This record gives sequence, structure tokens and C-alpha cells, in this order.
Amino acid sequence: MNFDDNPQEAEFRATARTWIGANAPKQYEDELRKSSLGRTQLKNANILEVAKAWQKRKADAGWACLHWPKEYGGRGSSPIERVIWQQEEGPFGLLSRMFIIGHGMCGPTMMAFAREEHKRTYLPPLASGEKIWCQLFSEPAGGSDVAGLRTRAEKDGDDWIINGQKIWTSGAHYSDYGILLTRTDPTVPKHKGLTTFFLDMKSPGVEVRPIKQASGASDFNEVYFTNVRIPDHQRLGEVGDGWNVSLTTLMNERSAIGAAVATGFPELFEYCSSLMLDDGPAIEDRAVRSKLANWAVKASGLKYTSMRAISALSKGERPGPENSIGKLVAGSMIQDVATYALDLQGAGGVVSGEDGELAGRFQAMLLRAPGTRVEGGTDEIMRNIIAERVLGLPGDIRVDKDVPFNKIPTKGR
Amino acid sequence: MNFDFSDDQKQLRDQARKFLTEKCSPKAVRVVLDGKAPYDKELWKGLAEMGFLGVAIPEEFGGAGAGHLELCVIAEEMGRANAPVPFSSTVYLAAEALLIAGSEAQKKKWLPAIASGEAIGTLALFEGKGNPSPESVKLTAANGVLNGVKKPVADGAVADFAVVAARTGASGRDGDISLFLVDLKAGGVEVKSLANLDPTRGQAEITFKDAKAEPLGATGEGWSILIQVLDRAAVLCAFEQVGGSDRALEMGRDYALDRIAFGRQIGSFQAVKHMLADMYVSATLARSNSYYGAWALSTNAAELPEAAAAARISATQAFQHCAKNNIQVHGGMGFTWEFDCHMYYRRANAMALGLGSLSYWEDQLIDRMRKKNAA
Ligand SMILES: Cc1cc2nc3c(=O)[nH]c(=O)nc-3n(C[C@H](O)[C@H](O)[C@H](O)COP(=O)(O)OP(=O)(O)OC[C@H]3O[C@@H](n4cnc5c(N)ncnc54)[C@H](O)[C@@H]3O)c2cc1C
Repeated sequence: MNFDDNPQEAEFRATARTWIGANAPKQYEDELRKSSLGRTQLKNANILEVAKAWQKRKADAGWACLHWPKEYGGRGSSPIERVIWQQEEGPFGLLSRMFIIGHGMCGPTMMAFAREEHKRTYLPPLASGEKIWCQLFSEPAGGSDVAGLRTRAEKDGDDWIINGQKIWTSGAHYSDYGILLTRTDPTVPKHKGLTTFFLDMKSPGVEVRPIKQASGASDFNEVYFTNVRIPDHQRLGEVGDGWNVSLTTLMNERSAIGAAVATGFPELFEYCSSLMLDDGPAIEDRAVRSKLANWAVKASGLKYTSMRAISALSKGERPGPENSIGKLVAGSMIQDVATYALDLQGAGGVVSGEDGELAGRFQAMLLRAPGTRVEGGTDEIMRNIIAERVLGLPGDIRVDKDVPFNKIPTKGR
Repeated sequence: MNFDFSDDQKQLRDQARKFLTEKCSPKAVRVVLDGKAPYDKELWKGLAEMGFLGVAIPEEFGGAGAGHLELCVIAEEMGRANAPVPFSSTVYLAAEALLIAGSEAQKKKWLPAIASGEAIGTLALFEGKGNPSPESVKLTAANGVLNGVKKPVADGAVADFAVVAARTGASGRDGDISLFLVDLKAGGVEVKSLANLDPTRGQAEITFKDAKAEPLGATGEGWSILIQVLDRAAVLCAFEQVGGSDRALEMGRDYALDRIAFGRQIGSFQAVKHMLADMYVSATLARSNSYYGAWALSTNAAELPEAAAAARISATQAFQHCAKNNIQVHGGMGFTWEFDCHMYYRRANAMALGLGSLSYWEDQLIDRMRKKNAA
């Protein structure tokens, strides 16, 4: 068991550090350092443009999507090198959150299921941030129950014709491509009649309508498909095997999101270290310390859990269902942390935005947190995954399991 | 970076698990639980023969000289098996105190005896309610003898010697505390067994009346040595707690697969599944924090104080959480003496107090994090 870099790792770290020192957009460092979940914005610049420029610069020098093969725009790095890079990239890494769906989920799915020529065409511009991808899975009738989706794909010569609606699609409004899960056969049980494609989001018949979120921001959308044509060679996996393809995406989603979710702890610790309460510094208050200690061990537990996962990866093991733990723990933790930080602010805690304490940092966190507990699978679904796939408990009773999809009763649809 | 035990260490784990499965069945634990023996002597002998008691004791002092990572591996298995032996007091507390502060002669006298299973040791620190603090030490040392009462002393009734914290100055602050070695079989020592939450590991009250004692470490340095001993023991106990958490989770999972209610396995009810998933989550966080503690312990890293406190808190919480919900999953059966669930519940709650309570370690953790941030 050791934490120290071996000589190659140390050399890699030094090279990465030098390059980042010379190339990162330093003018935004301070702002990025102070941003937290729900509050990653730049005052005097468009963050998407800044993110794209940084990603392109990394890609040109071979620092994008480190663990991807070189021919697809990566560097062929080991999992450990990827972690070292993230440590060195520090706050600039926040900029790549923009690309997390493309890099974390769409890319790996393309790598596993697309044709070789498509991989070579589409993956490098995805890695470099020139093209942004989104994930078109959820529908009004199918969120947790993804396989309950209704968007239809019908074969027409060498093409497929798509009709239906997706919802909660993050980044669809600025995406160039998307991975789409559709129903190709409604006469078989729901998991068996699905097929996956990738498509150009600018195709005729695709309409994106932004949704205003509970937080006030607008990061996700409704996407409507009216007679959208997708050529058959853009199909991923076999016809009817879309469920398996989507499992690959979802598994990668869990480790990508799981590793990236904020816990809010560093922010809270820093805040309590300087905050004065009526009867003295917050950090010297017994009740405050007890709360902090409880969150401290959750945050460190998550950190070392992901290091254990990376150690396993570097020995050739695959990311497993145990990765569900990251989002499950961090999601409610950030919500609780934000609630507590506001409690410490007393009545003043109600003021948000620029007029709020610390420019509304914890208020923004509070308002974004509910989404974290839902996106990428709700807390309940995460617990089901751990119970069933890690602990081997029986699956939930699924009354619709063996029923043809078009015979499943629906409510008012 | 490699954040896992090595293959050799994993092999040691398998070996320890196999040994304990054979020699330390729940039935064997019950002999001690039911008060028929103060501890499992056969098991103790076996542990010595396997080399487990001296795994982290250097070869020159009769141990295997393997190291602390190996001791962590054994500790986890001791916790899984709920072993009814004075392992933690002897190996984590007494032996570690000797390793840190003992003179050559003291190490020569006691460490080989620990490794061979001939001597049981303990640490006599507490004097009634409360958490570790120099002020709480009232027992005095003067002219080579000790006077005062220690309670509770883990495994005090079966121990041959104790490391005793005593006051050697007037103020009762850090610099006035010193450590002493006392032969508990000699004169001036009175030992009384105490009823306690976990009878598989005894607790005692020890009264010292002009009891002969020799200094362990320099006068006035007792507190700083104690803190180091407690930190190391915190990591080692955390591994016992992780082992116990895993076992309690496993028992709950197995029962959930077995028991049928409303025509279904109870493990198919989501409320039960989610309870078990949450047990898995806390056990996993505790394991990861403990691995970090193990690394810090084995390399004597500057991070040890913080890592030890984090491991301690997280493992204490996980074991308590898994042990209580294991009973819940078992329903009425879980509340019977006959089922083994309560043995883990008892151990979890007793261990939560042994090195100072959760709130003490929470306080320590935040102090240590602040110091690190200020540095
Ligand atoms: C910020 C954000 C971004 C998102 N981005 C994307 C995206 O880019 N692409 C995309 O495809 N989707 C995206 N989603 C959708 C997300 O995956 C779904 O919202 C999520 O899976 C939940 O589905 P639902 O909203 O239909 O809720 P429902 O499935 O209707 O759930 C409602 C409640 O029922 C519970 N529930 C449902 N089934 C079970 C069960 N079996 N056991 C116990 N409880 C259950 C849930 O836990 C929840 O509490 C995003 C969501 C959010 C909030």
C-alpha cells in the first residue's frame, strides 16, 4: 500500500505540472477556485468558450481524455496518470465538467459499439471539445425506468425514422451529437425491443426546447423528434440490443459522475474556519466540530474509495456497480452541508446571489443539490443497484417484465 | 500509487480467516460470553503459534517483524471473528507503547513474552467517566510507587502487566503525566472484574497501593507517548471494526435471502434492501478511511494523527450502524440471546468507547485538520 509516485509517475507529474503552469487560463483561476456546485460561472467571459479553448489547447498538446487510445484523440495513459493529471489540473478541471457527458459516457459507448471509421471520425473532435455530445435516454414516461421509453425508430430502407420526445437532456442546446435510445419493437417485452443510435443534433426534425430548472438555471432540455432520419450505419450494437448498449453508458456514467461530484466539505470547512458566531469562532464550537468531523470522514472515505477503485482498474479490473457509492453519498451530503452552512448564517442565510454571504455560494449549492440526487439515477436506484448487484439480493418485483411493451397498462397516455 | 494490500498480505488474510473460522466459531466465543472462561486460552495459544501476536514485533524481540500492514490484516480478521481474547490490549496498546517508548531491557523482557503468548498486557489510562485528557489522570507516582485507581482497564483481570498513566507533577497538564510499567501479579495491586457491555473482552478496576513501578519513557513525556499509542491503536481497532462491520452486513444479507415473509424473501423488500445497501456504504467508507490510516501507520507518515482520527470515527460509526441494523433485519430472532447478532452489537458499542468516545475523536480530527491547514 503506498501513496507515493513511482519514478515514472513522478516524471509524468512533473511534465504535466510544467505544461499546465505554462498553458492554463490563469486569469480565471481565482474565480474557478471559488466556484462550487451550482455556481460555476465566469463574470467577464462565456464559460463555454473558455472551456472549449482550454480543452482544444490540451488536445493539441496530447493532454485531452488521457486514458483514451491515441488514435481516438487520447494519450493512452494509465488510470493512475489520469488521477495525477486531475490533481495537477486543479481548479481548471472544473472547466471540463462541460464535457462530462461526452467524455464520460458517449465516448466510451462509441468506443465499445461504433464502427472503426466512425470512431476515428467522431472521437477526436469529441476529445478536443470541438464537438459536444449529449445523452438522449430519459423520457417523460421513462426516467428511472429507462426501458419504459416510447420514442420510436422505424426502418425505412437504409435509414431509420425517429418520432418521439426526450426530456431532461443536459446540454442538448449546445450539443452537436447525441446518443439516442429508441424503441424498435413494441411487441416484445420492454428490455428486448430497444435500439441505440448516435445522431447529428442538427438533423432536420430535431427540436430542442430549454427547460427552466428549479435552481433557476437552464442546463437541460426537452428534445422533440419529428420524422428524423438516421442512417443505419449510425446504429450502435444490434437491433433490439439497445438495453445492453445503454448499460455500458450507464455504468460509465456512474463512475464518471461518481468521481466528479462535489461533497461541499472543503467549502464548509473553510467557511467554519473563519466564521465568528455570537459566542466565538465557529470552529471552536463543539456542535460545529462534531458536524464537521462527520462530514470529513465521509469526504475522505469517498476519496479513498475512489483511489481503491483506481488501484483495481490499474490491475485490469472493470469498473463495477460499487461505483454507485460516490453519487449516493455525495448527493445528499452536499445538500446537508449547504443546509447547515445556511443554518450557521441564521436569518441572513436567506439572502442569495451576489448580495448573500460569500456571494451566495452555499445558497447556490442548496438549490442545485436536488438535481444531483436525481441525475444519473436517483438515490433509490443507486441503493437498488448496490443491494442487487453488489450484495446479491433479489431484484425488485417487475410486473411488466415478461409482458409485451404494447400490452403494459399505462395511465392516461 | 497502489491503494491495496499486496498479494502476500491477502494471502495472510486468507490464512488468518481460515484459522479463525476453525478455532473461533461463534460457539467458542459464547464460552467466554457466558462467563465460563475469562478469555479463550486455546485460541490465544494458537494465535501465538501462528505468529499473529508478534506479527509487527521486530525479530530481535521475538516477533515476526512483518510490519503494521500485516497487523492490520490480522486485526480485520480478529474483528470479523469477534475473537474473545485480549488481543487489542496486549498487541495494540501494551506492545505499541513498548515499541515507542520502551528501553532495550524493557523490550527484551516483555515483547518476546507477548509474541509467544506468555504475557498479556494492557493500558491503564481511564479513571472513571470521561475521555483521554491529562487532567483526568489523578493516580500519582512518587518514589517508584503508584497510588490510585484505574477503571475501566480493558482485559485488566487477565493481564500480567500494565502500562499505567500517572501524574508526576502538580498541575495535571501534559508535562506532568508519565508512563510506568507495572507487574500486575506483584504486591500492591488489587484487581476486580467489572460487568461490561461486551463480556467477550473483560474490563477491570485496578487499585494500586504503593505498587512498584518502573518508568516507561522519560518523565513528563507520558502524554505525548500516549497520544501516539492511541493513534496507532485507533487504526488497528478500526480494522477490527471494519471486520466486524463486514461480518454483520454479511449476516444480515444471508438472513434476508433466507427468511420468507408475505410469500417472498425479505431481501426482496426495498426497505430491507436499502437498509443493507446503506450498511454496505458505511462499511465501505470505513474500509477506505482505514486503508489510509494503515498506510500512514506503516510509513509513520506525518498524516498519521489525522488519518487515525478519520479511520477511528468512520469505523466506529460503520460498526455501530451495521451491528444495529443486522439485528433489525433479523427481526425478533435478532433480539434473542441464541442468535449471534447481539455479540457484534455488544462489541461494536464497547469498541466505540474503548479508546475514547466518538465525540473525543471528532474533536481530535478537527483540531488536527486545523493544524494541518494552518501549517
Ligand atoms: C440535472 C439533471 C440532468 C439530467 N441529465 C440527463 C441527460 O443528460 N440525459 C438523460 O437521458 N437524462 C438526464 N436526466 C434524467 C435523469 O436520469 C432522470 O431524471 C432520473 O433517472 C429519474 O427519472 P425521473 O425523473 O423519470 O423520475 P422517476 O423515475 O419518475 O422517479 C420519481 C421517484 O420515484 C422513485 N422511483 C422510481 N423507480 C423506483 C424504484 N424502482 N424503486 C424505488 N424508487 C423508485 C425515484 O427514486 C424518485 O424518487 C437528468 C436529470 C437531472 C435532474
